[in-house]
Amino acid sequence: MSDHTALSGTPIGSLDISGHGDDTALRPPRTLLVAAGAWAAAGVVTLFWPNIQEFARTSDLAVAQWIVALLLVVGYALHARLGKVGRWFGTNAARLAGLAVLLSIWQIASAKIGLWPQPYIPPPQGVIDAYVTDWKRLVDSVAASLVLLSTGIAAGAAAGFVTGLATGWTRKVGYWTNPVLRLIGPIPATSLIPIALFLFPTSFSASVFLVALATWFPVSVLTWSGVASVDSSYYDVARTLGARQRFLLLKIAIPGSLPHVFVGLFMGLGSAISVLVAAEMVGVKSGLGYYLDWAQGWAAYGHLFGGLLVMAVLFSSLTTLLFRFRDRLLIWQKGEVQW
Amino acid sequence: MVAVELRPEQPAASAGASLDIENVSHAFDLDGSVLRVLDSVSLNVEPGEFVALLGPSGCGKSTLLRLIAGLEPPRAGQLRENGQPITGPHPSRVVVFQDPTLFPWRTVWNNVALGPEAQGSLKQQRERVDATIDLVGLSQFAKAYPHQLSGGMAQRVALARALVNDPEILILDEPLGKLDSLTRLTMQSEIVSLWRSKGFTSILVTHDVEEALFLATRVVIFSERPARIKADFRVDLPYPRHRGDPRLAELRRESLALLGLAASW
Repeated sequence: MSDHTALSGTPIGSLDISGHGDDTALRPPRTLLVAAGAWAAAGVVTLFWPNIQEFARTSDLAVAQWIVALLLVVGYALHARLGKVGRWFGTNAARLAGLAVLLSIWQIASAKIGLWPQPYIPPPQGVIDAYVTDWKRLVDSVAASLVLLSTGIAAGAAAGFVTGLATGWTRKVGYWTNPVLRLIGPIPATSLIPIALFLFPTSFSASVFLVALATWFPVSVLTWSGVASVDSSYYDVARTLGARQRFLLLKIAIPGSLPHVFVGLFMGLGSAISVLVAAEMVGVKSGLGYYLDWAQGWAAYGHLFGGLLVMAVLFSSLTTLLFRFRDRLLIWQKGEVQW
Repeated sequence: MVAVELRPEQPAASAGASLDIENVSHAFDLDGSVLRVLDSVSLNVEPGEFVALLGPSGCGKSTLLRLIAGLEPPRAGQLRENGQPITGPHPSRVVVFQDPTLFPWRTVWNNVALGPEAQGSLKQQRERVDATIDLVGLSQFAKAYPHQLSGGMAQRVALARALVNDPEILILDEPLGKLDSLTRLTMQSEIVSLWRSKGFTSILVTHDVEEALFLATRVVIFSERPARIKADFRVDLPYPRHRGDPRLAELRRESLALLGLAASW
């Protein structure tokens, strides 16, 4: 922002664009200092504003907030030398400041004035306490969820890709798969949880089936539409160049449909996650969904919020991973949605 | 752009095939009614000839090209390449379409390599792929993706993708129709050079009378749909041709008259 004020007095004719560019690259953004101030202030609020009742780890949280403030000051001082990390701090400085403000609002509303009822909405230190005392169980839950999710998604995506490809490629297969897809596909996988739990020998296999089913539908429909959307002139060109059926399928239909397939995978991941968590809350005795259910049962609300936060980070990371994979595989595309 | 040796005094030893079109008729089914597109078309093309097909838009010229390429069988009549009936597509008859139709997920190199790859001979032909990309002046762009190319560059890649197969008949379906006029003029000369050095038979569909006369040894004029041959004449001018040649202007006037556009000249 300060760059614009510095420029406002400069006549346009004498504007040195390259010099200006270097200048912004070298000068660390002031917002970093604003963010540092916000975090330091948040620490002060946490430690020196008396709590309405006893909350564990209040001072630990204050120290942690000051450490963040210190890191931001260091980030400001060493901005040029930190390279990529420095740039990350620069871009996200305003967001980090906003986070400090949000934490303070939460802190004040829960622990300082009791606006939010206790123990249902514990202050941030309540979540930290849950992590410190219960990290082992959380790690186990994350691992259990990931194993279930990856097994189910791998099976569902593979089955969906094959179904979609066959439906789009051969009319004979499409004749049979089309009604199945149209009838079974739109059923929310969560509604099948009760049936799956008694049809399958273990709750693990039941959940893998549900996750696979939730992934299968969007992946098959979008693979199908992807194959159907490949321009027929691509096949004409390849045929005049000597391509046979196998080549047309493997080298034209599949790469041509991949952009759609990834949309299907993205949608499949979303519904797979939601059925996974639901299944874990209802019948499976492990995983993050089970952890949430357990925390609620014991009125361990810090653990509940902690579990939710872990879920948010985990599932967001999985989505990011999927998009990274797509960007790498579909490097020839341009102008796609950025995640 | 094209690094082809020009040998003005004599064309290269002919590598082209002859093409015989005998009494070919074709039609499409449209919502229950039959749309006749070709009506007993007969045409004999000598090896190494450059034939331009001119005609009103939508008259069925492009359909004839699809039949020559073997992408569809005709409803009646027969097509023969070097005396052999045409029953399906074959890399000896390659089409360059109006849209470059490059495969967006393949680099320039991999687009040009598609023919050899599909025919299972890519290992022996890698150098040939390099050479053909060089021939159309795009060596520096071998690793680029189609979305990074201009319209003219993309059509050059499409040309290279066809030429790498060493076709006996090169089928050009308005290949320059969507290019800007300067690029079009450049590429017309490039196509003439390539044809003269390689000696393949060339069948060109175009709407551009001047283009037909500048490129072809023979011009065939079609009627409105269903297409019948209305006129068939030789362009008796040596190469390289000059666009300002008074004989070209004369032929142009005659051609436009045959297309029913005499008044505009």
